[in-house]
Amino acid sequence: MAKQKLVLIGNGMAGIRAVEEVIKLSPEKFEITVFGSEPYPNYNRIELSKVLQGDTKIDDITLNNWQWYEENNILLYPGETVTVIDKDRQRIFTDKDRQVDFDKLIIATGSVPFMLPLPGADKEGVTAFRDIKDCEKMMECAKEYKKAVVIGGGLLGLEAARGLLNLGMEVDVVHIADYLMERQLDKTAGKMLQRELEEQGMNFLLEKQSAEITGKDRVEGLKFKDGEEIEADLVVMAVGIRPNISLAKESGIPVNRGIIVNDHLETQIPNIFAVGECAEHREMVYGLVSPLYQQGKEMALKICELEGEGYEGSVLSTQLKVSGVDVFSTGKINEEEGTKTIKVFDDWKGIYKKVLIDDGKITGAVLFGDTKDGNRLLSLINKGAAIEEYTDTDGADEVGADLVAGMPDEEIICGCNGVTKGAIVESINRQGLSTVEEVKGCTNASRSCGGCKSLVSELLEHTLGDEFNQNIKESICACTTLSKEEVVEEIKAKGLTHTKEVMNVLGWNSEEGCSKCKPALNYYLGMLNPKEYQDEKQSRFVNERLHANIQKDGTYSVVPRMYGGVTNSNDLRKIADVADKYEVKLIKVTGGQRLDLLGVEKEDLPHIWSELDMPSGSAYSKGLRTVKTCVGADFCRFGTQDSIGLGVRLEKKFEGLNTPHKVKMSVSACPRNCAEGSVKDIGVVGLDGEFEIYVGGNGGTHMRKAELLCKVKTEEEVIDTSAAFLQYYREDATYLERTSAWVERVGFDKIKSVLSDKKKFMDLNHRMNEALSVLKDPWKEALEDQNILKDLYQNVKVPSDSY
Amino acid sequence: METLLNEVFVAKVEDLPEKIGKTTVVGELELAIFKLDNGRIHAIENRCPHKGGVLAEGMVSGEHVFCPMHDWKISVKDGKVQEPDEGCVQTFDVAIKNGEVYVLLPDK
Repeated sequence: MAKQKLVLIGNGMAGIRAVEEVIKLSPEKFEITVFGSEPYPNYNRIELSKVLQGDTKIDDITLNNWQWYEENNILLYPGETVTVIDKDRQRIFTDKDRQVDFDKLIIATGSVPFMLPLPGADKEGVTAFRDIKDCEKMMECAKEYKKAVVIGGGLLGLEAARGLLNLGMEVDVVHIADYLMERQLDKTAGKMLQRELEEQGMNFLLEKQSAEITGKDRVEGLKFKDGEEIEADLVVMAVGIRPNISLAKESGIPVNRGIIVNDHLETQIPNIFAVGECAEHREMVYGLVSPLYQQGKEMALKICELEGEGYEGSVLSTQLKVSGVDVFSTGKINEEEGTKTIKVFDDWKGIYKKVLIDDGKITGAVLFGDTKDGNRLLSLINKGAAIEEYTDTDGADEVGADLVAGMPDEEIICGCNGVTKGAIVESINRQGLSTVEEVKGCTNASRSCGGCKSLVSELLEHTLGDEFNQNIKESICACTTLSKEEVVEEIKAKGLTHTKEVMNVLGWNSEEGCSKCKPALNYYLGMLNPKEYQDEKQSRFVNERLHANIQKDGTYSVVPRMYGGVTNSNDLRKIADVADKYEVKLIKVTGGQRLDLLGVEKEDLPHIWSELDMPSGSAYSKGLRTVKTCVGADFCRFGTQDSIGLGVRLEKKFEGLNTPHKVKMSVSACPRNCAEGSVKDIGVVGLDGEFEIYVGGNGGTHMRKAELLCKVKTEEEVIDTSAAFLQYYREDATYLERTSAWVERVGFDKIKSVLSDKKKFMDLNHRMNEALSVLKDPWKEALEDQNILKDLYQNVKVPSDSY
Repeated sequence: METLLNEVFVAKVEDLPEKIGKTTVVGELELAIFKLDNGRIHAIENRCPHKGGVLAEGMVSGEHVFCPMHDWKISVKDGKVQEPDEGCVQTFDVAIKNGEVYVLLPDK
């Protein structure tokens, strides 16, 4: 049978998703042609704000790459716009004079941004925020100009404003209502949001109506109805979107606000369908992703001539994708007469919850600051649950499993990537998944905004039952169900001596483990038995195997040790000489007070080390990196202690030590804390006659301020206390857990009490000294061992004339 | 049309480290050669299809290598990228004769 011709107008998320459904249902039935005005394959439009905010590259938000179109035999015309639909002859025409006949047509033209018809709106520097082109325009503009104005304090406007802040611009947000996101939030939440965003650096002009964009060719300012005027080099209009229906309308397909469709997404013209933001279903037009996916599914059934229940509309939920702000809302936002509410308002912690109840049923919710109940509330609303279902349980954790148990298999758990409950459950069962991370890896659920993580976790719990709790107790990786504590106990009890033995004896489900458990086991074995254990090079990540940091182009960097950040002319001369001789591409001062030589070829590493004749700085290691110091009492007029001297002593004592994750230390000579001890794993602050020791600080991904562990009188006590703390961390933390996370998990009081026990303190010091006693400088070790040099650092070269 | 293959000597079996890749440059080509725990030797293109990471430096587990850049898992046997990522790298046949490793490369 000849294939039917299916044409899709609009190469975006809704249309392509529908095509995916069609292919899934009837892979051989259609010859598919897709037209898209943008010159890209289908990308994740909701992640554009992340691109603008600098967290993500444009390549990373592609949902279907070119290859996907090829593999599915889809003829794609990117950058080509359909101009006319001849609905009677079932044929379309494009702006490149192409004609294509169809048996079935899907219109998925999405939305167009609504541009305020202000005088001057056509000036250079005025843009919408809708597609990659707009994004690029803003990023380009931020390089040259300073002052941005965003018109619109809704979801889109705020995400744009956050992005522009990240790009280094000053941002004014102009909004017509008296509080932000008034369509998704109530006034209390809107005001809390405003305060939070003001702290992030946004400036708001509320209850302002724009009147005119001023300037010559390029925008220079924005004038309001009340006569006030502000400066602007860039004006982003984010006042809303409207369904892109002009093509349908001109072609005689009935439209209202959107293209009118029935429960099967059929327009009023036979064989023509509409889906997504351009479609109007039961007088609703949706501008969010998850309804589009539900629509696509129903439509695909109809197109493939299969039975479906029909689409019945969606309850929406909103999450703002701005880092550091948790906002969630769903269903009804504002009380009407007769609506009852449950409210929690904690101004101090910045938490606000409001649940709306009509006739005993939950009809809406607004959450600020703590949004973990969001998905549960959405689901309760969807199934028309009574309020008791929410209030009768204390935490989401207990009822979560019941909630997901009641969902149908087709219910979408991850709105961003359109992953259903059924797909997740199937993956859990078929591939033996046991953690949210694994589910993310195999199904893409929770890979984008992460809002559905709690639901995924509940699904795991529901699917695996009792097994889940054991598994989730942080099994080392997918190769085993055992936790770190259990593995360590088994290694001790059975006297296991190498990684492969651990895997065999403890019943790993993969023969040789994976990139997670191999280095972890290698670490635990070495930590438990430092004197006997033979470190396994093949179980080390490349940086720790080669003792250099790999760079994106496959070259390496070399960081020699400079104790306490102190150097001398001789070392500097050597560094300069090797940099010249080996054509080092970049010399950079690191944050840890030393020098980084970047762009070194692997084969040159041993030569450079040999010529430097300095110890390794371990800049690549899960171990002690540096001890940062301030100038201290010898020079500084505020210094009370010899911070450099103590820093050098600490660095010499702990250099080369293996720890669960990297360890950074510092010593300052007065409370000004110039060596930044508040964000170090161990930060020592010298005072007149004593030292304060702070621990568990982190200035990286998870910012955490260090806490005061104790005050001591002498340098010796600083060293012993540091040793005891580090050894306790080495023994107790999970591999790849920083001290900041470990301190929080175990509890600071617990750590304090262990370290204040004299006997334990001495034992920890004893075991630390044992671990330190076997350390060798890894660069020297490599240089002295011909096998290491040959196996790890030399490439095989076959001259091209020999073949 | 038949492609002519050349057997190119690269190293002695005993000279290859176990479970650690060996970067092998043959003219313009860069290969990653792996001697696995089971004694088998495999050769693949030394370039991850994701962002070009050097696979020879990846961690080897069984018949897979984990790219050192972003931890993509790739079969050294058939070159396939493992789920959820997608793609493949070129593989090259390997012959072993008298303890010497030869890679079969298409004619220049």
